[in-house]
Amino acid sequence: MTWCEYPGAWMGLEVFQNYGCRMASGLGLTLQLVAISFGLGIAIGLTLAVLRLRGPKPVRMILHGYMTFFRGTPLLVQLFLIYYGLGSFRPFWQEVGLWWFFRDPLYCCLLAFTINTAAYQAEIFRGALQSLPYGQAEAARALGMRPFAIFLKVEMPQAMIVALRPLGNELIVMIKASALASLVTLFDLMGATRLAFARSFDLSIYLVAALIYLALVEIIRRVWDGLETRLTRHLALR
Amino acid sequence: MQYYLDLLSFGPEGWGDELLAGALVTISIALATLPFGLALGLAIAVAKRSRSWSLRTFATLYTTIFRGVPELLTLYIIYFGVQVLAQRLWSAMGLSGNFDMSPFLAGMVALGVVLAAFSAEVWLGALNAIQKGQREAAAALGLTKWQAFRLVVFPQLMRVALPGLGNNWMVLLKETSLVSVITLQDTMFIATRANVATKEPFLFFGAAALIYLFFSIISTWGFDRLEDRANRGHARAGASR
Repeated sequence: MTWCEYPGAWMGLEVFQNYGCRMASGLGLTLQLVAISFGLGIAIGLTLAVLRLRGPKPVRMILHGYMTFFRGTPLLVQLFLIYYGLGSFRPFWQEVGLWWFFRDPLYCCLLAFTINTAAYQAEIFRGALQSLPYGQAEAARALGMRPFAIFLKVEMPQAMIVALRPLGNELIVMIKASALASLVTLFDLMGATRLAFARSFDLSIYLVAALIYLALVEIIRRVWDGLETRLTRHLALR
Repeated sequence: MQYYLDLLSFGPEGWGDELLAGALVTISIALATLPFGLALGLAIAVAKRSRSWSLRTFATLYTTIFRGVPELLTLYIIYFGVQVLAQRLWSAMGLSGNFDMSPFLAGMVALGVVLAAFSAEVWLGALNAIQKGQREAAAALGLTKWQAFRLVVFPQLMRVALPGLGNNWMVLLKETSLVSVITLQDTMFIATRANVATKEPFLFFGAAALIYLFFSIISTWGFDRLEDRANRGHARAGASR
């Protein structure tokens, strides 16, 4: 018996024991999908938020359109639009040498998740940056700080406090949304669970998957509480 | 170009009428879920404020579970789970044949219980925002508890809860796309079928995206109007008059 079969054996669930290893590697894929898309989403979202607030007008308008589209349509539609839709232009992608990317459901999934979460995160960062009193940047300028230093040392630390809670919510949303990867043939946690159910017709495997997702969300919630306590330690709120 | 327009046209050749029917299913399942989910959510929020320990624990467990489990998984558990349970009950009663749960009902229940969990948090925040004095004053005027809720608390509750409930509605609208996986013939389902038949995925998923976008933009506009209406008795900071 390998390590991933033990939880099932301990719980006395035959399906979970038989498919424990597939579900463990599925959980790995889920975590990978979420970590990569959320991480890239932070970088892109932050850039877009700054451009949305301070960029030239045409850029601001394009970004407004981008955010409206990706926040106004379901992630499932975006995923299918990329995987099936963009994937259907095979000759074009082969010509530009990107076919390896759009052929692979994993890359398509990562692309869909990243641009989706980037749109939501851009809105979170925009709200956080806008919530800062104008005097903060003014005072920093009066002290002779350069614009980039003002952003990094004055605006960002304060904006992060405001953005932290909604960012945690967005991470939880992404964990749950990553289950959609199973609909484009990927074997993430949900995909492995669906496979186990399709072969065993034992519903309890879905409940096990629900418990695993719940555990993930609970872990993130606690980590986020810790982060918040750390970021606000100078405020003496409690 | 003409080819694509023909594909989207109404009639036996085009998919326009099917897509429109799918859009109607999307909006009807969202509208059917809304009152059920919001009412259940309000009940859960009231339970969270209850004096009874068991009610509070139940409500907290409920929101923790349904906010933490992927909607797709909830949908599967309810669709297959209820089917299996009902089938057992069906056989236990000595009835022959199969019990089939309609995908519409399964989708409505699954989306509804999730909506209830999320809206409960919004209701709870709004309930906490209403001062105790309001209820005390209502009691002093001789209103019953139910009258105080209906005539004094609820109208104020709506004003505070509306922005959060608006978000809940937008999330619900987009989550309805998941019911296509249990074969309910909504926008997403039709787009998938059109893609299988015509091999034009970009066109049909693009059309589906525009349908959802249309509903989202209309909803944003509608909720802005509702908020204006709910706030009409309140002066806004900085508003010119």
